[in-house]
Amino acid sequence: MNEIVAGFTTALELIISLDPEVIDTAIRSMTISLTATFFATLFAIPIGSVITFSEFHGKKALINLIQTLYALPTVLVGLFVFLLISRAGPLGFMRLLFTPEGMVIAQMILILPILIGLTISALKGVDSTILDTLRSLGATRYQFMKSVVREARYAIMAAVVLGFGRAISEVGAAIMIGGNIRGHTRVLTTAISLETSMGNIALSLALGIILLGIALVINLMLAYVQNR
Amino acid sequence: MKWNSIILVAGLLIAGLLVAGCVSGDAPAVPDATPVPTAAPAPEELRIATTTSLYDTGLLDHLTPAFEEQYNAKLLIVSAGTGKALEYGQRGDVDVMMVHDRAREDTFIAEGNGVERRVIAYNYFVIVGPESDPAGIRGTEPEEAFQTLMTEGKAGTPGVVFVSRGDASGTHAKEKAIWKAAGYDYATDVQNSGDWYVEAGTGMGATLVMANEKEAYTLSDIGTFLAYKGDLQLVPLVDSGDILLNIYSTMLINPEKHEGIDTELGKAWINYLISDEVQQEIKTFGVEEYGQPLFFPASGKWDLMGVSEAEVSAPVV
Repeated sequence: MNEIVAGFTTALELIISLDPEVIDTAIRSMTISLTATFFATLFAIPIGSVITFSEFHGKKALINLIQTLYALPTVLVGLFVFLLISRAGPLGFMRLLFTPEGMVIAQMILILPILIGLTISALKGVDSTILDTLRSLGATRYQFMKSVVREARYAIMAAVVLGFGRAISEVGAAIMIGGNIRGHTRVLTTAISLETSMGNIALSLALGIILLGIALVINLMLAYVQNR
Repeated sequence: MKWNSIILVAGLLIAGLLVAGCVSGDAPAVPDATPVPTAAPAPEELRIATTTSLYDTGLLDHLTPAFEEQYNAKLLIVSAGTGKALEYGQRGDVDVMMVHDRAREDTFIAEGNGVERRVIAYNYFVIVGPESDPAGIRGTEPEEAFQTLMTEGKAGTPGVVFVSRGDASGTHAKEKAIWKAAGYDYATDVQNSGDWYVEAGTGMGATLVMANEKEAYTLSDIGTFLAYKGDLQLVPLVDSGDILLNIYSTMLINPEKHEGIDTELGKAWINYLISDEVQQEIKTFGVEEYGQPLFFPASGKWDLMGVSEAEVSAPVV
């Protein structure tokens, strides 16, 4: 119990004193995961729309596969991206291993299935009368998709928040691709893992609390946007 | 409606810019109206894979600032078990490696992956366990202690459990070496020999915590054990014996095997580590906090460690 209390006290101290290293790590966590979420969303919405509104052979199987990939283990993504971008790998010449860019790629791959899958669910949930109206008004394919995506925007935004949550909380890929380099690729989750292995339990808890604080702020921002 | 999307896009753009900023954080600031001719160039990066004990004890963070300043370098340090560090080295993902497993280092060098190995420090492994010591190994030789643990563990003596790292780290390699010296074949006699032998498959800190929860025995490097001591009820039971010697070395990744290995800065780093000043730093590191040094400097101790004098003191040229 004492350790948990000490964790909260340490978290407060670190936040109030604006500990530069902790702030730096928190900002890095946020920027890497937000960037990954941004690019994943950029790919997921068009892909999800195309899958939802096209009829093709194996569509159900494809959706099943996407939903299965929700369970993609972070370490597996880390390993896959590692083999891809390690110096001896096919993309080794780009020198992406142990860089924030490499971490963005890994997190993007990790959350892409969730975003595509939930975009499909969101679009399916749009009232069918709206679809019929759009068709009867003679909307082009692009206009049609754009309107339906707009109708489903809140459900899609919820998917984006979930994706961001998975990205910022994962540690497996972050440690394999980033290497937890101080001042370079250290993010909150890998810092927690390191501090725990160094025996700094209170500090680990404090960093975890800060991570949850970031998630809270992001969620409040979303709630604000939704209520407008 | 429009505002929502504008806010969203703006937020994401800011995020993107921040990442760009953090990525190119070393880029020079806005050019000055009167440029100073002696402006320092962007620091050169050196990638180092290190065994966890050198990093997690705080030793490397203690030694790096002076080097970074002197050589205008930025050290990118990845802390991983020796097995993983060797893997990074073999794939050319790092320039320099710092590890503690002589046998695998020898293979690594023989296969042409590493060059210019220098020994920088040493300390001793300890067999730790519960104060009550149900197996009765206190003060025995390490090989004998392992034999007793095996006998008592297999016999089902209450409280005799051994937690192994089980993760191909340097410490795990040392454990296997002790089992071998005690007369057992690791794969056939030790693994799967019963519930008393637990393979954790995790780092040293987590393994110590697990051993503490189970009131079990384990093998630990002294540095991590001391760093953790405050949270543990475990005590050192066996801490002397030649086989417990733990030798930390550093080496360059062979530049002929991989393109772009930073040999010059790597050499400077190795020479920095074996320099008198750093050896003196290693000697005193941790004394204030733990009451005893975590590492002993290699300088002058080649005989004790059984390595050549050149490996300890000859600068890399």
